[in-house]
Amino acid sequence: MKALVCVKRVLDYNVTPRVKPDGSGVDLTNVKMSMNPFDEIAVEEAVRLKEKGVVTEIIAVSIGPDKAQETLRTALAMGVDRAILVQTDDTVEPLAVAKIVKGVADAEQPGLLITGKQAIDDDSNQTGQMLAALMNRPQGTFANELTVEGEHVVVKREIDGGLETVKLALPAIITTDLRLNEPRYASLPNIMKAKKKPLEIKTPADFGVDTQPRIKTLKVSEPPTRAAGVKVADVDELVAKLKALGVA
Amino acid sequence: MMKTLIWVEHDNTSVKDATLSVITAAAKLGEVTALVAGSDCAAIAEETAKIAGVSKVLKADDAAYANALAENIAPLIADLMGSYDAFLAPATTTGKNISPRVAALLDVMQISDILSVEGPKTFTRPVYAGNAIATVESTDAKLVITVRGTAFDKAEATGGSASVEDVSGPGDAGLASFVGAEIATLERPELTSAKIIVSGGRALRDAETFESVITPLADKLGAGIGASRAAVDAGYVPNDYQVGQTGKIVAPEVYIAIGISGAIQHLAGMKDSKTIIAINKDEEAPIFQVADIGLVSDLFTAVPELCEKL
Ligand SMILES: Cc1cc2nc3c(=O)[nH]c(=O)nc-3n(C[C@H](O)[C@H](O)[C@H](O)COP(=O)(O)OP(=O)(O)OC[C@H]3O[C@@H](n4cnc5c(N)ncnc54)[C@H](O)[C@@H]3O)c2cc1C
Ligand SMILES: Nc1ncnc2c1ncn2[C@@H]1O[C@H](COP(=O)(O)O)[C@@H](O)[C@H]1O
Repeated sequence: MKALVCVKRVLDYNVTPRVKPDGSGVDLTNVKMSMNPFDEIAVEEAVRLKEKGVVTEIIAVSIGPDKAQETLRTALAMGVDRAILVQTDDTVEPLAVAKIVKGVADAEQPGLLITGKQAIDDDSNQTGQMLAALMNRPQGTFANELTVEGEHVVVKREIDGGLETVKLALPAIITTDLRLNEPRYASLPNIMKAKKKPLEIKTPADFGVDTQPRIKTLKVSEPPTRAAGVKVADVDELVAKLKALGVA
Repeated sequence: MMKTLIWVEHDNTSVKDATLSVITAAAKLGEVTALVAGSDCAAIAEETAKIAGVSKVLKADDAAYANALAENIAPLIADLMGSYDAFLAPATTTGKNISPRVAALLDVMQISDILSVEGPKTFTRPVYAGNAIATVESTDAKLVITVRGTAFDKAEATGGSASVEDVSGPGDAGLASFVGAEIATLERPELTSAKIIVSGGRALRDAETFESVITPLADKLGAGIGASRAAVDAGYVPNDYQVGQTGKIVAPEVYIAIGISGAIQHLAGMKDSKTIIAINKDEEAPIFQVADIGLVSDLFTAVPELCEKL
């Protein structure tokens, strides 16, 4: 069984985003970019399934600019077998991403498709669910644990009240949550090896997908800032403050 | 005037609070029809009919809808959407599971996690963990939206008298089945509706220490308990305690962060709290930049002392 993983190049999670003064977006010039953290978890899960012999080949897909090749090389260094960059400098919304990934899946016929639950830039939390809808396949979102059992995958999901388990017919779409695994760091020899692994470049047009955005961003602004607070000297003062707030 | 359809989140016992915020958001767009899907869900449909602002309730009663499986519910909603202009669901884990599936079936881009309704097709929503707020306009023929519960007042649970109409959908898609759930029965307030939250971070060391330090304070204050990702990852508390960008979004009257550094991903989930109190031994901790009241102290002495003096 093949596994297809989606990886997005995003602003590194350690970098504090800065809104551009003209309100057109977040400034991405000269800032560190990395693989979306949830996608590292997706790659790790696919690699573990391959190590267990459940998965035979892993293909990583990224939709984005030329630089997203770096992100795909990271995935290859973690253990992905080959990569596809669907290159575009346009902003591609989750619906169009899902359509492109469906195009790749139609050609590759993977048994498992793994995406992150959320890209930490747009915070949409949509792509995996949309992909599942377009393919008319089941979805195991916010996965905490997954086990392939014959023609099914059993997924433990992180939900508001705790955990829920569902059983899905393969092929299935999985979206990763934080506790699914702890992604490995690529070793130096693997980083070297990754340079020789195949990376194919395509365009959205190859999949017949129109990436014209459906949502217009009118402006991007800073969130309201909180006024600076006070420090109290000791617990007694804190108790007094709490009493003043009426909570004690 | 738009016709809106909202999905009612419930556990077959009661309507979830988040639904009430969705109704407020939907009412800003137009007339509100509420869909109650479930198995033996007549009582929930009756409860929904009483919510102020709901003009009609659609009840889809079928074993296939029992556990809110997106594979079964999304096609039902997509079919019903022939008669509506907008679909809204809460930005809860279940809402986030179902809603994008509906959007893709309708070939619409979802607008996730809205904070406000600015016009018939214009909304604000957080991006980059709430470090930026985008004002966005949909160009799609129909709207599919998830609503951040803390950003909208809750509709009154009583006062309405909507009619209840039965609807049926395609039923079981045969793709997924529900196996089971591990849902903790909380004796304390749910995080998203708690007035006071006491939250603990990595500094709490282990599950026993978290319990022995945080729980007595939460009990004293009648508070809900939250945690940072670090505390959840380390197994001090279950996953559903996580507050933040990728956990729960909360906005209580008082949020007390104990031994939490204040990473942007954590702040994203709690910085709309009315009053933020931080206890941290590092006076440089970023949490103090958003805290209204800060105490620089070792939590292992400060928290027990606080408990004693309250
Ligand atoms: C994709 C992604 C998503 C994430 N989502 C979330 C999320 O939703 N929610 C979230 O919380 N995090 C999230 N994070 C993690 C986040 O970046 C931080 O790592 C996390 O919030 C840190 O948790 P913490 O503050 O408990 O731990 P630390 O950062 O280690 O802070 C511990 C604090 O305790 C203080 N301390 C230590 N000992 C004592 C003592 N004895 N008394 C008083 N103070 C003490 C220290 O001074 C320090 O400030 C996410 C990260 C990523 C990459
Ligand atoms: N441009 C992209 N290229 C590859 N994968 C993507 C892209 N956008 C989104 N994804 C995948 O979809 C997940 C959810 O993204 P989103 O729906 O934007 O929050 C991400 O974690 C990725 O796995």
